[in-house]
Amino acid sequence: MIYAIVFLPLVGFLIAGALGPWIGARASEFVTTSFLMICAVLSWIVFFDVALGHDHGYAPIIGNWMTVGDLKVDWALRVDTLTAVMLVVVNTVSSLVHLYSIGYMHEDPDRPRFFAYLSLFTFAMLMLVTADNLVQMFFGWEGVGLASYLLIGFWYQKPSANAAAIKAFVVNRVGDFGFALGIFLVFQLTKSLGFEEVFAAVPGLAGKTIHVFGMDIDALTLATFLLFIGAMGKSAQFFLHTWLPDAMEGPTPVSALIHAATMVTAGVFMVARLSPIFEYAPATLEFVTIIGAVTAFFAATVGLVQNDIKRVIAYSTCSQLGYMFVAEGVGAYSLGIFHLFTHAFFKALLFLGAGSVIHAMHHEQDMRNMGGLRKDIPFTFAMMTIGTLALTGFPFTSGYFSKDGVIEAAFAAGEHHTTAMIGFVATVVAAGLTSYYSWRLVFMTFFGHRAAHPVAESHAEDEPAAEDAHNHGHDDHGHHAPHESPLVMLIPLAVLAIGALGAGYVFEPDFAGHAYAEFWKGALFTGAHNEILHEMHAIPAWAGYAPTAMMVLGFLVSLYVYVLKPGTAQALARTFPRLYQFLLNKWYFDELYDFLFVRPAFALGRLFWKGGDGAIIDGLGPDGVAARVADGARLAVRLQTGYVYHYAFAMLIGVAAVVTYFVAGGLR
Amino acid sequence: MLTIGLTHYLVVAAVLFTLGVAGIILNRKNIIVILMSVELILLAVNLNFVAFSQSLGDLTGQVFALFVLTVAAAEAAIGLAILVTFYRNRGTIAVEDINSLKG
Repeated sequence: MIYAIVFLPLVGFLIAGALGPWIGARASEFVTTSFLMICAVLSWIVFFDVALGHDHGYAPIIGNWMTVGDLKVDWALRVDTLTAVMLVVVNTVSSLVHLYSIGYMHEDPDRPRFFAYLSLFTFAMLMLVTADNLVQMFFGWEGVGLASYLLIGFWYQKPSANAAAIKAFVVNRVGDFGFALGIFLVFQLTKSLGFEEVFAAVPGLAGKTIHVFGMDIDALTLATFLLFIGAMGKSAQFFLHTWLPDAMEGPTPVSALIHAATMVTAGVFMVARLSPIFEYAPATLEFVTIIGAVTAFFAATVGLVQNDIKRVIAYSTCSQLGYMFVAEGVGAYSLGIFHLFTHAFFKALLFLGAGSVIHAMHHEQDMRNMGGLRKDIPFTFAMMTIGTLALTGFPFTSGYFSKDGVIEAAFAAGEHHTTAMIGFVATVVAAGLTSYYSWRLVFMTFFGHRAAHPVAESHAEDEPAAEDAHNHGHDDHGHHAPHESPLVMLIPLAVLAIGALGAGYVFEPDFAGHAYAEFWKGALFTGAHNEILHEMHAIPAWAGYAPTAMMVLGFLVSLYVYVLKPGTAQALARTFPRLYQFLLNKWYFDELYDFLFVRPAFALGRLFWKGGDGAIIDGLGPDGVAARVADGARLAVRLQTGYVYHYAFAMLIGVAAVVTYFVAGGLR
Repeated sequence: MLTIGLTHYLVVAAVLFTLGVAGIILNRKNIIVILMSVELILLAVNLNFVAFSQSLGDLTGQVFALFVLTVAAAEAAIGLAILVTFYRNRGTIAVEDINSLKG
């Protein structure tokens, strides 16, 4: 069964990718989507067997990949509760996104390619989550990176999409470099890469130091730190987050699948999977907490002022990933995974809902040009509201259980560590900001009135919106009336909405409650002194209510600013222009990186190109030699007068010289 | 009485050879002179062949001289033919104007 789950998307990719031009777009859509549907159903069966049932994990070996000395790497499909959770998340969201894309992409001429990439991505992600060793995980890790690159740059005619794709790829390489170094170090320490062997060897390595750059560093701290760098890149954490907002250049279903629900959570998954190592590296865990907390806060502040509907959600994703890392940093891995699980539903819902809005607005993404859409697209409005409720943590929606769980865990751990307390404060503040910008999105999009004069600066996608003849505009500007999306796009929204509402309530006891042990069956490791899941229930009441209070506060402020007194936002922006620009420009991170890395890299490249290659290598090498030969030839050519008697004279001189030589030699 | 011996022949041949070479090198007028100079050189060689043949009592030298005469005749014929064609093409046979090999 696990074979079918993992390899059906690969088959779908091969069919749609290789045969797409011959079998046509409709057949490609049908094949890939139906395969993914099968995968999703099978994943739920596996989930019920392994996670909820009594079936213990297994890891069938497919075959040997490579054996070099001590290094032995097998292809294997590890199935335990953690994998089962990820299988459910990936395949459910992926199948729904496949279905949704049939509607969303129906105007695109390259649909076979699109669906092939989506399936390729799913396959790579499944290889990642079923990996039984670090190398196979790295294989999936790079595979999803490749698919992400291909899908961000799907509309390759757009220069901005190409730039975003390259940026995503390059920034991810920075993280992957750390990840690769981490793998090397783990192999160096344990002489194996299989999870079982590594985890078994880790307790014996506690306290071991290695000598690096003249310092003695705790080996496990360094290894986990390097591994976490990889997670930071993939999960768009602070410092390596810059690619995620730009990745929104890709088609919206891609944003929903890759850049919200699945791929970006690979880092969270990796930390959870390697929890037996991370548990022995408390310093790294504190670092994880700090990075998560900073990201949660930072991304939420930037999300406050963005105007592109997809960018708001992208920063929200970034922020929620920060929550997950805070949870893992304080040792509550299950809560991190739980938040990953619920977040996948409501964030995919929000993205697909945003896609539906964009579809309705004929590829308009700037929220300032929207407004009053709730009457035109009521179903999308309802779904978006559900997604927003879940994201902001409205009581008894899925976000309420997972997000508040994260915050409570951070508070509980804060009694031991200062860093965890930072995590608590940052996540609580971010909860308020999240509520504000989420409702801002809803209010700007669905309430008020549409702007009479569209703002020029829009990130409209280049797909020319199909002219719906029956929908000719009712206002002076020739706008087309927004229209509700087709059913094939609304069904995925409905399914995800069910998940967004119910997933938390249904699975809370399993992930973090009393059924913890039976559910995880040891797939997550917690140290002997890690009592976080018990302590989090013993926190003061005010700490438990804090996130909910912040959520309500954020909602009320947003309601006041955008509905009760429209124009307040602009007034605030005018009052604090510095702060507004700072946030609007995303803390100037792009400019900073441009100054620190991009331009020096370009300068260095130009130096090596013009100076090193052009002047030195070409100058002294081929070009120089050729020039000297030409000079010599110019001199030699003057010997050639073309007069016969000169040649004859030269011959005579030669003969005379030879004769003289032999005669003189004969005399001696 | 003066006996004309090998030395005299060789001296005459050497003079002829030198004249031929000088004719080739110093001549600036026309190619016919060069051809004549070449004939002179060949004659000097022939004279050496015959003189040594006589002196050494070996007929091979004289046979060789006959071959050289034949080749010289052929060479003169071909040289003059080329000259005629050349004149038709370029309108001159002055040595100074013939420098198409100049680099």
